[in-house]
Amino acid sequence: MRLALGLIALVALLFLLSLISGQAPVGAGQSLRALIADDGTPLSVVMREIRLPRALLAAMIGAVLGLSGAAMQGYLRNPLAEPGLIGVSGASALGAVLAIQTGLSLMIPLALPLAALGMAVLAVLLILALAGPRGTSITLILAGIAISALAGALTSLALNLSPNPFAAADIVFWMMGSLADRSFAHVWLAAPFMAVGAALLLSLGRGLDALTLGEDAAQALGVNLSGMRLRLILGTAACVGAATAVAGAIGFVGLVVPHLLRPAVGARPSSLLWASALGGAAMVLAADIAVRELLPARDLKLGVLMALVGAPLFLHLIYKTRKEMA
Amino acid sequence: MSLMTLRDLTVLRGECPVVDHVSLNVEQGECIGLIGPNGAGKTTLLRAALGLLPASGDSTLAALPAPKRARTAAWMPQAREIAWPVTVERLIALGRIPHLPRGARLRPQDRAATDAAITRMGLESYRSRIATHLSGGEQGRVLIARALAQETPLLIADEPIAGLDPAHQIATMQVFEDLAHEGCSVIVSLHDLGLAARHCTRLLMMERGRLVADGPPSEVLTPENVDRVFGISAFYETTAQGPVFQPMAVTR
Amino acid sequence: MRGCVRLSRIISLLAALVLTGATTGGPVAAAAGTAPKRVVSINLCTDQLALLLAGEDQIVSLSRLSHDPDSSSMAEAAHAYPTNGSGAEEVYLLSPDLVLAGTFTAPATVRMLRDLGIRVELFAPARSLEDIPERMAQMGAALGRAPEAGAMIARFHADLARLSAPPARRPRAALYYVNGYTTGDRTLAGDILRAAGFDNVATEAGLEQGGTLALEQLILLAPEVIVSGRDYPGQARAEEVLTHPALHALSDTRIAGTLTDRDWICGTPLVLSAVQKMRDLRLSLEVRK
Repeated sequence: MRLALGLIALVALLFLLSLISGQAPVGAGQSLRALIADDGTPLSVVMREIRLPRALLAAMIGAVLGLSGAAMQGYLRNPLAEPGLIGVSGASALGAVLAIQTGLSLMIPLALPLAALGMAVLAVLLILALAGPRGTSITLILAGIAISALAGALTSLALNLSPNPFAAADIVFWMMGSLADRSFAHVWLAAPFMAVGAALLLSLGRGLDALTLGEDAAQALGVNLSGMRLRLILGTAACVGAATAVAGAIGFVGLVVPHLLRPAVGARPSSLLWASALGGAAMVLAADIAVRELLPARDLKLGVLMALVGAPLFLHLIYKTRKEMA
Repeated sequence: MSLMTLRDLTVLRGECPVVDHVSLNVEQGECIGLIGPNGAGKTTLLRAALGLLPASGDSTLAALPAPKRARTAAWMPQAREIAWPVTVERLIALGRIPHLPRGARLRPQDRAATDAAITRMGLESYRSRIATHLSGGEQGRVLIARALAQETPLLIADEPIAGLDPAHQIATMQVFEDLAHEGCSVIVSLHDLGLAARHCTRLLMMERGRLVADGPPSEVLTPENVDRVFGISAFYETTAQGPVFQPMAVTR
Repeated sequence: MRGCVRLSRIISLLAALVLTGATTGGPVAAAAGTAPKRVVSINLCTDQLALLLAGEDQIVSLSRLSHDPDSSSMAEAAHAYPTNGSGAEEVYLLSPDLVLAGTFTAPATVRMLRDLGIRVELFAPARSLEDIPERMAQMGAALGRAPEAGAMIARFHADLARLSAPPARRPRAALYYVNGYTTGDRTLAGDILRAAGFDNVATEAGLEQGGTLALEQLILLAPEVIVSGRDYPGQARAEEVLTHPALHALSDTRIAGTLTDRDWICGTPLVLSAVQKMRDLRLSLEVRK
């Protein structure tokens, strides 16, 4: 309970900080007043149309990525499972790029998240098929490398074939993710998918707890494993697909956040779900504040910052599990 | 009251039957030892009986809907899997999952069941230790306690005493015997025929998938059966301190 | 092959748009004696200068981009000539006596051609309207058509003076491109804007050359007009910033749409039509007021 309140307070604080950080040098009080009262000034437009959707998206994306990471780890009983690392985000990005490049997303806006979701489902299915029910680290990571590489290559190919000279520069966005200049259109596009995905994943709690004892024991405890698998696949795909469709592939959130919070919830997979959702929201909000405050003039990609934090931790985790992998 | 009935239960691996037309009935108050050499099909029989494996024939347990089955039989697999560093108490409380209403937290009766299981297995001092940091034998006892916390009429355990020290092996078998006295039934697979002879009310002997003997220890552990199924000779006598079964020599 | 086209296109476009301060090798006098007879141009901007100044039968081949009506202001005229892919091998086989290239042309290509004994004339991109007469003079000298260049320069000065008569009021405008890129005063595009009677808000943001202007900075600067770059075929996420709802939420700002096109890229007299269009835009603003 204390943890929940603490995390909620942290998310609220970072949300406010996110609203008042930006390239434009305006005071915090003045900014927030312009946010609440629409006085038609340019500042009010900035607060309502640029910073508010950006902060909302950061919180939403962080929450679903943290949640997806915690759910996948709980299901595979492997702390290395993370949508970004195992190629689900990359596959979603490919789906999004295809929807954009074929012009489908212009005709039907929903095509963008749907295509991302579709490719994400494919990636999760592949991962579960390749890594097996109890994903050992080595097969999980190898399968992830293969899927990431293929998705990345196809994304680059699709963008290189585009007649638009700027499409090639988009590769960085899709691989690294960014929240720059997102609008409410993106919020509304992603929100329904994220809500459904998060509801599916949060419903896994008890089953994930039971899986602590292994598949056999969990099943004997009355857990429906195939039903869980379906909910995991659809939930992860909806969450990661929607997040990636609007902000590109942001990695490591689902790795770092559950790892940090696991001791705080006594390693209980069900508690880790909501804790990671809150923690993920806090982390992406913080990272998005950092990219704006550290190098305001450059469009520093969110994924760069996440990788700088996440990759060392990833190495640490591999080092810790090297016995299992040997 | 019958707790479980198997009729012609058969599990095929490819063409080959791993469990071959096994029929048996488990009543209340039985402490059943499942014995047989490696590869005789003990684990497969237990998993198929629980409905964890596709099988032909009938198992009253496998026919139950999953939530009902989870309140009827507890299962302790042979692999001692503890995926996350949770406390012993929390791990044992997982046994209460089948009894919890949707979305509910642990209720007083769940805590009581957990505490009872902890006491029964003598794990009071381990309560707040991290389960993954314990030794293999200690983890085994914690997982038995987890199955006990499920408070089912039937407990099925696959080699629960393997790797336990002698004191804890005896204590654990004593727990199973006590459960049988209280009206529950226990099916436990094990390789220690001496403990099986002393603590079980009934033995099931398997050989190459078939149930070759079923009855009280004295009727199952005959010199012929022991020689044919295990390929050993044994000393088996009822002494003042109860039955003693000691394998002596390999006969093949 | 397609990749090569793409790359060269981006490079020439960027070369023209970005205009980072590259230096020209200085006007090279025409080689002593006769004018070149087989001229090959491998750069979009030298294509157009050559088309404007060359005599009949002087041009052998133009760059492939010269035929692209989205990039070249003289695509129609260019269709009279075959194109090349701007590679040393292909150009050499045309046996030119003069190759026209930009200072942003791949150095390896230029060195290779020079090593093979071919005269290569490099043209720096124009950074301002003032640079344009210099480029015309350089081209005139290179092609041996100095008198024609002189006449064209005089006409250019006269037209420019007429178009850029100081206005009564200078509206504030922003040039806004994909990925939030803006160009400042010290660029050809900025100079076109200035000549047409606008003040560039990039200067207020401290961007004299140009650079990334965050969308929220642009909104807070609240320019009267936002002029964006041309719409390329195909979709790019980089272009999304141009359709952000916040741009349309500004009540006193006019989104002038995609005005900066092929006429803004190269330092040729054709930029005057860009000045003309921007001037018309400014006058239409005044009428509306």
